[in-house]
Amino acid sequence: MASWFRRSSGSVKTVARQLLSSRLGSGGALNQSFAIARSSPHPLPLSSRSSLVIWGMSRVAELGTIQRFESTEEEKHLEPPEEEDSDLDYHEEMDFPGGKVRFTSEMEFISGNSETRVPCFRVLDQYGRLLNNVDFEQVSEEAAVKIYANMVTLQMMDVILYEAQRQGRISFYLTSMGEEAINIASAAALSDDDVVLPQYREHGVLLWRGFTMQEFANQLMGNRFDYGKGRQMPIHYGSNKHNYVTISSPIATQLPQAVGIAYSLKMDKKNACAVTYIGDGGTSEGDFHAGLNFAAVTESPVLFICRNNGWAISTHISEQFRSDGVVVKGRAYGIPSIRVDGNDALAVYTAVKRAREIAIEKHTPILIEAMTYRVGHHSTSDDSTKYRPINEIEYWKTARNPVSKFRNWVESNGWWSDEAEAELRTRVRKQLLQAIQNAEKTEKPPLRELFADVYDVPPANLQDQEAELREAIKRHLEDYPSDVPV
Amino acid sequence: MASALRRLGSAAARRGLSTACEDTKKSLFQLPQAGGKSSNLCSAINQALHIALESDPRSYLFGEDVSFGGVFRCTTGLADRYGKSRVFNTPLCEQGIVGFGIGLAAMGNRAIAEIQFADYIFPAFDQIVNEASKFRYRSGNQFNCGGLTIRAPYGAVGHGGHYHSQSPEAFFCHVPGIKVVIPRSPRQAKGLLLSCIRDPNPVVFFEPKAIEEVPEEDYMLPLSEAEVIREGSDITVVGWGAQLSIMEQACAGAEKEGISCELIDLKTLIPWDKETVEASVRKTGRLLISHEAPVTGGFGAEISASIVERCFLRLEAPVARICGLDTPFPLVFEPFYMPTKNKILDAIKATVNY
Repeated sequence: MASWFRRSSGSVKTVARQLLSSRLGSGGALNQSFAIARSSPHPLPLSSRSSLVIWGMSRVAELGTIQRFESTEEEKHLEPPEEEDSDLDYHEEMDFPGGKVRFTSEMEFISGNSETRVPCFRVLDQYGRLLNNVDFEQVSEEAAVKIYANMVTLQMMDVILYEAQRQGRISFYLTSMGEEAINIASAAALSDDDVVLPQYREHGVLLWRGFTMQEFANQLMGNRFDYGKGRQMPIHYGSNKHNYVTISSPIATQLPQAVGIAYSLKMDKKNACAVTYIGDGGTSEGDFHAGLNFAAVTESPVLFICRNNGWAISTHISEQFRSDGVVVKGRAYGIPSIRVDGNDALAVYTAVKRAREIAIEKHTPILIEAMTYRVGHHSTSDDSTKYRPINEIEYWKTARNPVSKFRNWVESNGWWSDEAEAELRTRVRKQLLQAIQNAEKTEKPPLRELFADVYDVPPANLQDQEAELREAIKRHLEDYPSDVPV
Repeated sequence: MASALRRLGSAAARRGLSTACEDTKKSLFQLPQAGGKSSNLCSAINQALHIALESDPRSYLFGEDVSFGGVFRCTTGLADRYGKSRVFNTPLCEQGIVGFGIGLAAMGNRAIAEIQFADYIFPAFDQIVNEASKFRYRSGNQFNCGGLTIRAPYGAVGHGGHYHSQSPEAFFCHVPGIKVVIPRSPRQAKGLLLSCIRDPNPVVFFEPKAIEEVPEEDYMLPLSEAEVIREGSDITVVGWGAQLSIMEQACAGAEKEGISCELIDLKTLIPWDKETVEASVRKTGRLLISHEAPVTGGFGAEISASIVERCFLRLEAPVARICGLDTPFPLVFEPFYMPTKNKILDAIKATVNY
């Protein structure tokens, strides 16, 4: 760092003054250099007998003497006061377009990072024991058991469906392993009227809202019961009745859309907000900036929940940004933000529940950074042992497991048992395997679903193309899959 | 169970496009006969926007600088009349403008998004191509953003250079799921814009930056219907937007030399009205297409290929395209770049004499 940046204001002023006076060849004319804090409350000095110097140009231009007219209101401000104030006020405030700003004579750059990182809110310790004196949202036994059971179900779904892909029964899958608390606890804190715009690792939210094993399996198989009508890859779920907007692969595109949805909810005076999820990688996209800035300016009730799980495919967060994670970015947009332990279901539940209330009541966005770890590979197309140590994965899978942590807390209240666990796991496994089998046996959507919904009604070019295609199918039936009814 | 059903019902109702305009939609799908006041394109747009905001309380207009009236004055008076929560400035961010608009439209609102110049639409390309155009299809019709209309002034202005003159329609014509509409005149602009706003599909509406009498009432003009604006028998001449007035001059010049031109305004580029153009070429046996956008990969290529497929044996000459050059839009060289009346007239004659 160049040492001349650190000089006191006094010597910088001297340098400036010398520079100006040497250019003008005269003394005194500009001893009140306007680069530094002014003594008077008025901007821009102008002496009737001096030349006008325009600061900031590469050449100092001499423009001749200034004609003096009768002072107007505005011109009064051009004149310094008659008597020099001996107390130079280096810290006066002045108006700029964005409001009042206090001046300083300290020439100092604000550091890119604070000395301490933003602390992370938690309710449970790493063993699932409730910490003392924590302000958190209480959950009843029924709610706690439901949250826990859903976390287990999500975990099992991920294990079994990942395996199903490995066996060739589905073409693609991605898991939310390690992020069960974020998924389920955040969903539990929302109302069913809140509109959710996921990225793609939040199927637990849909599970919480009541999407069945069968409905999941149908989408994964792209069969005729898939609400998406077999048009998208597996895991691109969407459900109107669950207020869960259909997933799309491009990253972060949902963020500005969430703002539009939130704005609509606000204008329609609904007791609801928009909730949108993003990973750490997604915060590098332009749409993250667009979304947060629009949310702040339009004062829309939207929760931005960032799952900071440390990895964007093979890109570690140290290669993603150099800020203190994501929480600090909220401040750049004027958005209230919080960092929470994403592996602590009660912390997530508390933060989301309260954020939601504030967002709706105060018409403000809120940014929540949930710290966690992506235990699974990015997807079935990835082998993360190629870019990260296996013992790191194992550590987070075991010692930092959000499901077992929450189980400890639930059991400590006497609300769960090994028997209940066994019964749950048996039931879920059976349900899921049955759902997969049913989905596999179900035929695909009919051919007309290829052409429908491009527009509200198919235009002429699509009608022509469908007719041509049907001719082609008749001539070469063998080219086409037999499980799609034509 | 009952409450679950109620929730389903309200969720489903929220998804549908608001129907406040159904009455007006029935009334006029044609141009009112009676005169109207003389307006330039921007005041015609302004009238359409007033009507749109008046007729549907769940409609919104937003973009850079729209609040004070916009850099082309298309949005004057709207914020005052409909309030700053329905007509408002957005931050300077096209991807945000379109993304926000998609969200609004997904909730059944009419979202009219302004892009200040068509040249600046590209940051929003991902939201338009990957999101808006696929929103209904990918969701299995559970969701749609049909209420979204994106408007942008486009085309040559004489001094706009690279970034205030572009005609980017061809990029968008390659995207299934959106409509692309370009009016030729103020009267057309008002009716077409109202149709776009009320059409249940996302639309990109390019406005030529041009005076004409515009009827004062609420009227809509049909999308995907081309219009024969001059009848003729020797050659079919097809275009859209501002270029049509140049083509009209060329047709008038051709008439003096005994060539009868049939001039067609395409109006909607996707989905486009192949039938009207085909019927005309069957009559004349010749086709010329003209657009300001660069010739290579321009929309004229699509029209040419489609018509050759349909009318090959009827054609008396190759299809001619008189278009912009394959260069960035130049400043000083604009008169050389442009598809001028004389370039078109020469091509008409060459085609007829082939």
